[in-house]
Amino acid sequence: MFKLMNFIFEFPENFTFDIAGPIDSFVDWIDRTFRVILDAFVVVFTGIINAVQGFLFFVPWWVYIILLFFAAMKLYKISTAVVLSILMLLIGVFGFWDQTIFTLTIILVSVLICLVIGLPSGILMAKFRRVEMILKPILDGMQTLPSFVYLIPALMLFNTFGRVPAVFATTIYALPPLIRLTYLGITNVDEQVVEAGASFGSTPMQMLFKIELPQSLSTIAAGVNQTTMMAVAMVVIASMIGARGVGNDVLRAVQQLNVGDGFAAGFAIVFLAIILDRLLQGVATKLDMTAQEGDE
Amino acid sequence: MAQDVKVENLSVVFGKTRQRQEAIDMLDDYSPSEIRKKTGATVAVKKVSFEIEENELFVIVGLSGSGKSSFIRTLNLLNRPATGDIKIGGRSLMDMSKEELRDFRRNDVAMVFQHFGLLSHRTVMGNVEYPLEVQGVEKEERRKRSMDAIELVGLDGWENHMPNQLSGGMRQRVGLARALTNDPELLLMDEPYSALDPLIRREMQNELLKLEDTMDRTIVFITHDMNEAFRMGDRIALMKDAEIVQLGKPEEFFANPVNQYVKDFIADVDKTRILKVRNIMNKPTAVAKLGDSRQETLDKLKKKDMEFIYVVDSNRKFQGFITIEELKKSKAQTIDKLVNKDDTAIYRNDYLQDAWEKLSKATYDLPVVDGKGRLRGVLDYDVVVDALAK
Repeated sequence: MFKLMNFIFEFPENFTFDIAGPIDSFVDWIDRTFRVILDAFVVVFTGIINAVQGFLFFVPWWVYIILLFFAAMKLYKISTAVVLSILMLLIGVFGFWDQTIFTLTIILVSVLICLVIGLPSGILMAKFRRVEMILKPILDGMQTLPSFVYLIPALMLFNTFGRVPAVFATTIYALPPLIRLTYLGITNVDEQVVEAGASFGSTPMQMLFKIELPQSLSTIAAGVNQTTMMAVAMVVIASMIGARGVGNDVLRAVQQLNVGDGFAAGFAIVFLAIILDRLLQGVATKLDMTAQEGDE
Repeated sequence: MAQDVKVENLSVVFGKTRQRQEAIDMLDDYSPSEIRKKTGATVAVKKVSFEIEENELFVIVGLSGSGKSSFIRTLNLLNRPATGDIKIGGRSLMDMSKEELRDFRRNDVAMVFQHFGLLSHRTVMGNVEYPLEVQGVEKEERRKRSMDAIELVGLDGWENHMPNQLSGGMRQRVGLARALTNDPELLLMDEPYSALDPLIRREMQNELLKLEDTMDRTIVFITHDMNEAFRMGDRIALMKDAEIVQLGKPEEFFANPVNQYVKDFIADVDKTRILKVRNIMNKPTAVAKLGDSRQETLDKLKKKDMEFIYVVDSNRKFQGFITIEELKKSKAQTIDKLVNKDDTAIYRNDYLQDAWEKLSKATYDLPVVDGKGRLRGVLDYDVVVDALAK
């Protein structure tokens, strides 16, 4: 009787199954089997990251501010341009310029990889029902899994601390919105426009490149924006596995209970996020051709 | 050359694969609404058969949901028919391979859409040249031919504007120009003017009639507006619940409406403003050509018991008439010198109202010409009175 009560109110002990073990051995297996490939990966990506980082450091700080100013002028109005430029300047004033460039490098490389993987995936998802059925739950999982979980396998797989696993974890975390919005953009192209394309005898490739992609460009740009924002968020967490950047400063401040330093570094990240967000949103709006210009 | 369209036993069914098959099996015995209830599949077109002639402006009219848009989309296989066959210029669409279908769409058929279906990321020129671009036509040639089409619809000067800078009427002109660039023999128009306001619509209708008159093209035109149908159509098919209720020339609808539904549908139509010369004209019994021999022409007249004959040139352009007396009296070899000039010719797209004055003075059948002055038919006074009396 007592045993039965226990069974009702508490989850039965011998009914559990250890899922952590198999996952561990799976990661181990990948680690052993693909060691050579993974090591090559690390070399290649370190090279890419170094190149991007070298370039970003090569450009003097004032060029960033001037370019940002003119880009914002083109996309918005002069007041926005001034505000964004001041934010950029403040990052330097707070003493986080170099750290921000490190952070920016990881964001940039991650977003580039996201583009390379995400655009084709989104297109395939829109074109083939089977791909859609497989990818949708995976995307849901990727987005809801706590971001820290990616860090450990990233570390183990690449067998190294620092930027490569950080880029890997950031890419996986930031990828879903780009795939989703590419898929959404293509499936939402006006039906009559697609019909028109078909009725004039477009090949599937002509349809994709001359009609569907250009028509969904603003939606895809919104996806790039979201992906970038998620990369910014992940980059702070990625600093836990040793990637240099503003996230590192936040982490150190938290560990040492340094309220002031923590907020200063936090502000730098917020400013960076605002700047990237505004720029990308402006581009997305500019690309939206379906918007009415003036009255009929 | 324009092409004729032959539709046999054509059905369009929408639904999941299994429902569709069930629905197709039930087509003969059940009505569309019964099939929908039983299987969940929608029968949009049900076992329809008819022919559209070369150069005809064929209008399909019906309320929304009657299946007319589903039908027109089968003519370039945007919709795949569930049963039946479509032959265009003698070629069966159903037998075409993917490549043949693509070629067919590129060269022989074009479509104008209700909501224009323009590429909003391209300029007017970019839209109009699209059909040529997918065919791989060289840029220069492409531009030239697109510019011709743009001029044809009266949009010259606007070629570098984006579609969202244009009014609805102008957008549809872009749609029409785009459909004309690949010089299709079959032009499909799916409610092209339904989204436009009435004044613009009237203007566009007149322009299309004028254009149609100078081109050799078969046009299939969809509308839900009975007045538009009668203004535009050489022949009209009235669709209801996936089937054709009545098919014929406009005046036949007035003369013999097949049932109460047709009567109700045409109740509000003003005949004198709708009936055009072309709707009730007859084919000339016989026509003589410049260069024909006098004796043969005379024999022709005697044989058909006619008192005079209309004369055209080698391009069928109207020249005048010759009476039987003149033929008898003359000794000339050919008829060329005997032709009497005649200015009573009426334009075939005139409404009866407009042709009334000439008609009332005429003591014989009036010659009817098209926009290029070619003889297209004759108009008999009695026929007109008959048509209006009904």
